[in-house]
Amino acid sequence: MRKFYLVSFAICIVAAGILISGCAPHGSKNANYITVWHWMTDREAAFMELAKRYEAKTGVRVNFELYAPSDAYSQKVRAATQGNTLPDVFGILGEKRDFGAFIRAGHILDLSPYMLANNSEWKNQFFSKALAVNEFAPGNNYSTPPGIYGVPIDVMTIQMLYNKDLLKQLGFNKPPKDFAEFLEIGKKIKEAKMQGLVSGWGEVWMIDCFANGYAFNIMGKEKVLNTIKGKVAYTDPDWVKVLSLFKDMQDSGILATGLVTMINKNAEQLFANSRAVFAFNGSWCVNVYKGMNPNLNYGAMLPPKVSEKFPMSIWGGAGSSFMVNAKSGKKEEAVKFLQWLTGKEQQQYLAEATNNLPSNKNTLNKLPEVLAQFAGAIESSTHPNVWGVSEFPAVIEAFDKGIQSIIIGEKTPEQVAQHVQSVKERELAKKR
Amino acid sequence: MRIKDTLENYAFVAPAVVIFSIFYLIPFLYVFQLGMFEWDGILPTKTFIGLSNFIEIFTQDKIWWNAMLNAGYITLIALTFQNAVAFLLALACDREIKMKNFYRLIFFIPPVLSEVVVGLVWQWILDGNYGMFNTWLRGIGLPGLAHNWLSDPNTALTAVAIVHCWKGFGWGFLIFLAGLQTIPRELYEAARVDGANAGQSFKNVTIPLMIPVAVLVGILTILGSMQAFVLIIAMTGGGPAYHTEVPVLRILASMRASSRFGYACAQGITFGVILVAISFIQYRFSKKERA
Amino acid sequence: MKVKSVIYYKIKKVSVNVLIHLFLISVSVTCLLPLIWMVVSSLKTQETIFRDMSLIPREFHFENYYHAWIEGGFGRYFINSILYTSLVVVGIVVISSLAAYAFSRFKFPGRTILFIMFMAAMMIPIPGSFVPLYVLLNKLHLRDTSIGYVLCMINVGLSTSIFLLKTFFDKMPKELEDAARIDGCNKLGIWWNVALPLAKPVLAVVVVFNALNVWNEYVLALIIFDSKHLMPLQVALMTFQGEFITKYPLLMAGLTITALPIIIVYILMQKYIVKGVTQGALVG
Repeated sequence: MRKFYLVSFAICIVAAGILISGCAPHGSKNANYITVWHWMTDREAAFMELAKRYEAKTGVRVNFELYAPSDAYSQKVRAATQGNTLPDVFGILGEKRDFGAFIRAGHILDLSPYMLANNSEWKNQFFSKALAVNEFAPGNNYSTPPGIYGVPIDVMTIQMLYNKDLLKQLGFNKPPKDFAEFLEIGKKIKEAKMQGLVSGWGEVWMIDCFANGYAFNIMGKEKVLNTIKGKVAYTDPDWVKVLSLFKDMQDSGILATGLVTMINKNAEQLFANSRAVFAFNGSWCVNVYKGMNPNLNYGAMLPPKVSEKFPMSIWGGAGSSFMVNAKSGKKEEAVKFLQWLTGKEQQQYLAEATNNLPSNKNTLNKLPEVLAQFAGAIESSTHPNVWGVSEFPAVIEAFDKGIQSIIIGEKTPEQVAQHVQSVKERELAKKR
Repeated sequence: MRIKDTLENYAFVAPAVVIFSIFYLIPFLYVFQLGMFEWDGILPTKTFIGLSNFIEIFTQDKIWWNAMLNAGYITLIALTFQNAVAFLLALACDREIKMKNFYRLIFFIPPVLSEVVVGLVWQWILDGNYGMFNTWLRGIGLPGLAHNWLSDPNTALTAVAIVHCWKGFGWGFLIFLAGLQTIPRELYEAARVDGANAGQSFKNVTIPLMIPVAVLVGILTILGSMQAFVLIIAMTGGGPAYHTEVPVLRILASMRASSRFGYACAQGITFGVILVAISFIQYRFSKKERA
Repeated sequence: MKVKSVIYYKIKKVSVNVLIHLFLISVSVTCLLPLIWMVVSSLKTQETIFRDMSLIPREFHFENYYHAWIEGGFGRYFINSILYTSLVVVGIVVISSLAAYAFSRFKFPGRTILFIMFMAAMMIPIPGSFVPLYVLLNKLHLRDTSIGYVLCMINVGLSTSIFLLKTFFDKMPKELEDAARIDGCNKLGIWWNVALPLAKPVLAVVVVFNALNVWNEYVLALIIFDSKHLMPLQVALMTFQGEFITKYPLLMAGLTITALPIIIVYILMQKYIVKGVTQGALVG
């Protein structure tokens, strides 16, 4: 009995002792290795192989540490900023605003001196669109010092895909050239009791991505950016037109049933197994479809345009990027490794092993057909992270969820436009 | 002697209190403090804004309260439907019936299964085109009812709630069963000797003794259902529009999508206080019932 | 007359039994379906898994299990998970039953407040708690250590377990304990020799509840562990469901493998849920 009380109180004392004794961080380890944190499960094996090659070449060991899923990874990185325990190299998931916060907090090294050395040798080997995501211009809205803060390791674009066989079955030999024809196909699909467009519209960002392309097509980039800056209202007829497209699509029957709550991975299953005529998906899908149905006969295209006034645009640019920890003791080694990783040969290997588009533009040869179509679209691509201004998250949410309401017939495009504008005004007022 | 006795009593709770203080209380106080700041979760600087976050929740955040109502609806269905089923199943398995152990094993499968599998299978069952449920509806002559259950705003929340109940009833079953098994059999025999029939002994022996267990299951159900979100992400992502949005999803959205860490903390605390209030009312209410 | 009523009762009894079984079987079918689907899917290939959703696969790809085990590096993680789960469960059972017993039986200053505090903790989810927890563990040198993780997980299950156990302790007859006290048994002895054996059914529930909780946990593990060799099993499963690509057959095989130990724990514990009855009978 007495023993028990002793033990019980001993636990308390030890616990208190641990609490009081504090700090002193772990001593830094072996200089000859760098640690990389990432979340890309599909690239883990390829990274391991590259790390092996790098060690054989330079003697520097690279520890790729995979933390999946990406949500948990993102939390881990944020927690590590608070404990100052970030690794030498890591990736950030999130919007440009978060990226900016990491920079302002002093966690990320400005790579421009390395990028610009030797007549911008390193910088010039990337697609400019891929690098743009990691660039912060002088006087940017995120109040960071100007510079290039990340190294893109691949690029991606998000496009429309069509099933060639199913289209033929419906009597079309070519994909639709404009939105009107797209809707016509929708009617045929409805008659044939087939499923039209599938996509991950249950995850709202894919709706945003789709709508954004049409906003660029209808009103042009400048007007979209002016809307974000608060100079143009969402109740503008052009925006109502963008929102109305979703109503038109729903009415024509082109949208697959259940699209509003569809998770992208389910959409991929449906398209891969020829259960849907169209899909709206990113370049990673090539790899997914290949795994599920190697014989799928499909092609990629830009979403069919509504207007001739402005070019159609899609989201694209850097897929994933790596950043160097500004507080790491092995900055030079880390940069050297990233330079090597984005070299032509390594990029070629990554592209082949993982079916992703390389960020090094000198590598773009011998890509499979559909992947080449995705790569070709990179010139039409844009991304909110390169606009230099960010819309309030609350507004984006109201916009995307509003589109869901339009599709389920709960609200009219006008009502949604008004609601989005009211949220925008509220957020603007809060900022002032 | 008194002092020694009290010290002994404290020794029983000391380990729990110590672990609790270090790993719950400290983070909690920190989060509570964060609720009064505007912070993005990354920058070292935080801006003190007092109770603004809480005021915003109570005056502006309609979506939050809508999510609260949705969670309340799920909880209501879980409290009634799920617990009724769980109790009936426990009663059935408490009797001397065949394959008792088999059933007991089977009913615990849903809680063990990963949400990934549950989400996939139920999506497949409730799907609008080739879903099993719709095929069955057409089969029994109700083709008019066949549609996509998860993307129709009228049925999405109920469908999610039903799947949630299905996933969770195993716990209620298990606790009810444990409760039934700890009722001494002699009490039933005594009742029978006194001439009570099955219905009477159920009313006079089982029910009174099971009330504390029912309260326990009730509170655990409230907590589990109000905080449900993994299955919802897997099935609808909170959509269509806001029809299956729940508080935890809102908290996660504030934390990740909007980078409003302080606001997320304030939401979490508001949510917790409401949960405590609901559970407390339920506890009080049942105590009165018993008295 | 008498014969008639006997037949009537027989028929009634049989029909009640049939109804009960119909009810049980229909619920069982819905429970079994996803399990069967999971196991069947684990034997298919990525190509066939969604193309044909039938519950009888044409070919059996048992090698999926081998691949899942190797690719996921299950061996190491399996041992970690078993270690964490058993440590946490033992910790919780001991600590929470001590506390719950005290809350149920003893009177001491602050009892109600302490108990209410635990209950409130059970109910208030702290969404951002991973940040302060991370910083705290870092300061205590417990981050990236098994002990740190185990202690955190003990804390996670503590409140609910105390609540569960207290409810059942309150419900249990006190006569036996009084008898033991008269026999000269001290408090700890009564707790160990009298109270715990009586509470076996609910202890079994506590074990299953916490075992499942720890076994399925991965977010906290991912945040506080940097070293791969410390990670639990769920982390290995996550590698099959990437951001873009999910290897479904391997995932299903992995899920089947990870579900097994929990089912075994449940079967083992079930025995005690039944055994409680005979113990209870002895009491009276």
